[in-house]
Amino acid sequence: MEANRLFSMLIGGTIGPVVILVTAIIMIWYAGAVYLNSSFLIDRYEKNNIEWTFSQLASDSWSMERPVLPSPHQIAKELKKTIWDKKITSPRSLVYHSRVTLSSAMVGFVMGTFLGIVLSVGIVYVAALDRTLMPWIITSQTIPILAIAPMIVVVLGSMGIIGLVPKAMISTYLCFFPVVVGMVKGLRSPSIILVDLMNSYSASKVEVFWKLRLPASLPYLFASLKVAIALSVVGAIVAELPAGAQGGLGARLLSGSYYGQTSLIWAALITASVISATLVTIVGRMERAVNNRMGLQI
Amino acid sequence: MAKSSSSKISESSTIDINNLFLTFETQSEPVHALSDINLKVEAGDFVSLIGPSGCGKTTLLRVIADLEKPTSGSITVEGKSTHQARLDKSYGYVFQTPALLPWRNIESNIHLPLEMSGYSKSEQKKLSQKYLSLVSLTGFEKKYPWQLSGGMQQRVSIARALSFDPDMLLMDEPFGALDEITRDRLNEELLRLWEQTQKTVVFVTHSIPEAVFLSSKIVVMSARPGKIIDVIDTNFPKDRNLDIRESKEFLKVSQLVREGLKEGHSDGS
Repeated sequence: MEANRLFSMLIGGTIGPVVILVTAIIMIWYAGAVYLNSSFLIDRYEKNNIEWTFSQLASDSWSMERPVLPSPHQIAKELKKTIWDKKITSPRSLVYHSRVTLSSAMVGFVMGTFLGIVLSVGIVYVAALDRTLMPWIITSQTIPILAIAPMIVVVLGSMGIIGLVPKAMISTYLCFFPVVVGMVKGLRSPSIILVDLMNSYSASKVEVFWKLRLPASLPYLFASLKVAIALSVVGAIVAELPAGAQGGLGARLLSGSYYGQTSLIWAALITASVISATLVTIVGRMERAVNNRMGLQI
Repeated sequence: MAKSSSSKISESSTIDINNLFLTFETQSEPVHALSDINLKVEAGDFVSLIGPSGCGKTTLLRVIADLEKPTSGSITVEGKSTHQARLDKSYGYVFQTPALLPWRNIESNIHLPLEMSGYSKSEQKKLSQKYLSLVSLTGFEKKYPWQLSGGMQQRVSIARALSFDPDMLLMDEPFGALDEITRDRLNEELLRLWEQTQKTVVFVTHSIPEAVFLSSKIVVMSARPGKIIDVIDTNFPKDRNLDIRESKEFLKVSQLVREGLKEGHSDGS
């Protein structure tokens, strides 16, 4: 009876399954750390003629200075050291680097959203733009961002534009695309009957836009924004890689790989994904608030 | 000058259609949706357009509403072009589906045409109250469309069409998607509304009992090409109720309509 209740508590709620999954991932991670780090350790044992047991191998592989795959507690230690123990203004603090990345991601996100909305309105309302712009917009996204990011940074740098702006532009470059695609679909989503209804009132184009097309497009916009905001963080990090930037999670990843400090890389990766997840959650909350206000079913 | 022109309008018919043709150009061959339509609708008439699907009854309604342009022929609405009549908001249009905006509550859906006609907020509120009570939906102001049944939604759309007090109501099979019980009730309600508001109504349907029960004038149409076969006047008392459907007179008119439809059918094939 008790066991039954415990079991249903574990799989019934929302917390139970998450805890189980996270535990499983951590266990697999520890096993993976042993597996990936073992060849180096075994080499060393044999060179130094040390007798070794499996338990020794495991504990050694979880506490290496420069492991191939650091163990979760090493990453946790690194995170605590760089987030909690350092002053947040210090260049060794992940909070400092997060702030650098986040600020260019947010500027890029806002610019990308704005650009995306402007382009989609143009495409929906001007037939010529529909035919001419869309192919270019799609082409722009077939270019790998890793290839074009250094170009943008270098070209803008030679024009004296450095710092936040080039990085934000790469985020913009990634962000505007889902917004254009979603908003074009959203602005075109009202049924013919609703457009006829507006025509029967002799509504102007502006009235049709504000009273029909824009509100109808909001659900599409939020779906796009969730994709765009995650991409904005990716864009900011990618932009920090080529420039030899002094700050940002991308710069942190780069210096981690220079010095073979994998736990530093993983700490930055985890921070980046936590930031992205938080941002997507915030957009989700905004979506829910807007839906509630518009009386739409969720 | 103004006086003479206004008296002229009252003399002429509310809707006057002469030799009207409408042909849709399609990729395969032209479709003759409307062929040689001649029709006069007087102020206060309740005119039903009845015919098989594809006979152009909805197209004719859309031509009157200036949502479709005729290929040739003339049509005037209240003595004006259909375009001018649309700009003057001479009609309220009720579609096959309620066509309510899902993000607006009931009250604010009714405010939609009023906002665009420049009514003040308090006038909007007063009018939505008035017309919601006319369709017996007082108390549903703050509900959203998805919270209402199909019949209630269609009543909201009728209230919305009446809210800015147009002279005409154009209705395109408004009860076609509803069950028979709801349809009967709404038919009675619509008749009462017509009596109270004195509107001119043009009503598209493919139900004979509905057309006979509601109309003062029934226009029977046939398909391919869409043309008018017969115009039947009815003479039922204005305060009739559904019981009239059992009367001899009702059955006689129904028979006439049915024969007209049959004639159109044999012509067409």
